[in-house]
Amino acid sequence: MNSIITLTDVGMRFNLSREKVDSVKEYFIKRIKRELSFNEFWALRDISFAVEKGDRVGILGLNGAGKSTLMKVIAGVFKPTTGTVEKQGVIAPMIELGAGFDMQYTGAENIFLYGAVLGHSRKFMEEKYDEIVTFSELSEFIDVPLKNYSSGMRARLGFAIATAVSPDILILDEVLSVGDAKFKKKSEKKIRDMMDMGITVLFVSHNMDQVRRICNKAVILERGRLIKYGDMEETVSVYEGMTR
Amino acid sequence: MRTFFQEFKQYGNLFVELVRKGIKLKYRRSYLGIIWSMAEPLLTMIVLTVVFGTLLGHDGKDFPVYILAGRLIYTLFSQSTTNALKSIRTNQGMIKKVYVPKYLYPLSGIAYNYVLFLISLVVLFAVSISLRVYPTLYMLFAVVPLFVLFVLSVGVGLILATAGVFFRDLEYLWNVALMLVMYTCAIFYYPDAILTSRVGWILKYNPLFCIISNFRSCVFGEMPDMGMLAYASLFALVSVIVGGFVFAKKQNDFILYI
Repeated sequence: MNSIITLTDVGMRFNLSREKVDSVKEYFIKRIKRELSFNEFWALRDISFAVEKGDRVGILGLNGAGKSTLMKVIAGVFKPTTGTVEKQGVIAPMIELGAGFDMQYTGAENIFLYGAVLGHSRKFMEEKYDEIVTFSELSEFIDVPLKNYSSGMRARLGFAIATAVSPDILILDEVLSVGDAKFKKKSEKKIRDMMDMGITVLFVSHNMDQVRRICNKAVILERGRLIKYGDMEETVSVYEGMTR
Repeated sequence: MRTFFQEFKQYGNLFVELVRKGIKLKYRRSYLGIIWSMAEPLLTMIVLTVVFGTLLGHDGKDFPVYILAGRLIYTLFSQSTTNALKSIRTNQGMIKKVYVPKYLYPLSGIAYNYVLFLISLVVLFAVSISLRVYPTLYMLFAVVPLFVLFVLSVGVGLILATAGVFFRDLEYLWNVALMLVMYTCAIFYYPDAILTSRVGWILKYNPLFCIISNFRSCVFGEMPDMGMLAYASLFALVSVIVGGFVFAKKQNDFILYI
């Protein structure tokens, strides 16, 4: 067994307090009135599975099934309430657009900032700089503050950085759905190139064609529980049966 | 503890980048840019000298140096702790999406203010020379109170950063608290009369007053008060232990509240 990610009984609980208490005054008033009630909500429950090196796992599920929470637990953003996550190697998480970007910073400055977030040195990023700019096709706008970028441009830049630094694990959370058709094709090709080099991919998408093209395994989540993990074709057809 | 250092090594570059980002963005789109770090304390010094020196009659040729030294230290403390207090909230975009050791945010906020402080030391140096307060060997000793101040800022900053996540009003409360700290620091008056009076303890128990007083001694070429230094060091040490403990214990909950 050559597992690169191992999840054991992972559960993630949120306290959905009915009203958010974030001031001292409110806290004490509520405390006196004994109104500090919390609604417990398990976004993930008893999730156990292992991903082997080189696997491309599609994460399937309806809205609110816990896909993004699961990705954040694996990326280390959330510490799971129960269970453990073990992982080896560098993770490049692309959860939502422009993770780790600063909107005031220009594209060029963000390349170095995001590189540092992923744990790389400035020198290393200087070597990768040209590759990133070329791949993202943003050379004209590279000195423009990121706040003036369109969401597609931000996604392109983020994707270019995350893939240029050759991580061991790439987490793509509905990132490919933003770019235009041309960029989608280009980034799929990039992922396939990286697959040849043995990268592990966790891919969240609602686009079954994309999942079919990229993944070899898939997971179905439903209301925070893992209901199927296995071969891609089989799992996707189960999922398509569910959503029909 | 070992993983702590391994992690710090891995993310050392991010720490540098975060400090760099703070400095770069602070003066973006201003014409004078980084010069403001020197111009601002100089202008404030002039105002304070006019108000407290000329109008309220604190004479003494080196009074501007006295004011400037005190105010630089106070500003460093107030800015770095306020920065640390807000650091988790201002970086929430990053915290929500990628894993980064969270202490980097308050720490880089404090380090960034230290860099600005070092730049503004140029002004202190220039004003001292022009008012004939020449540096002595004691000047070298100034690194000691400055280091104590760093530890104190980190300790207080970590406590504030943690509490600030859960209670937003702390930002306003801390502003008021800082005002109290400022007036009990003897920035723009001579403390001697108060120190010998019955309420002298109000100043003596303020660690920042002790640090300022030590720093001033170094600037004016006198022997720093070792008792004050010991007290401030102890205070700083306790604060950093408490701060580190609280922060480490609560950091995993931050994301659920921001």
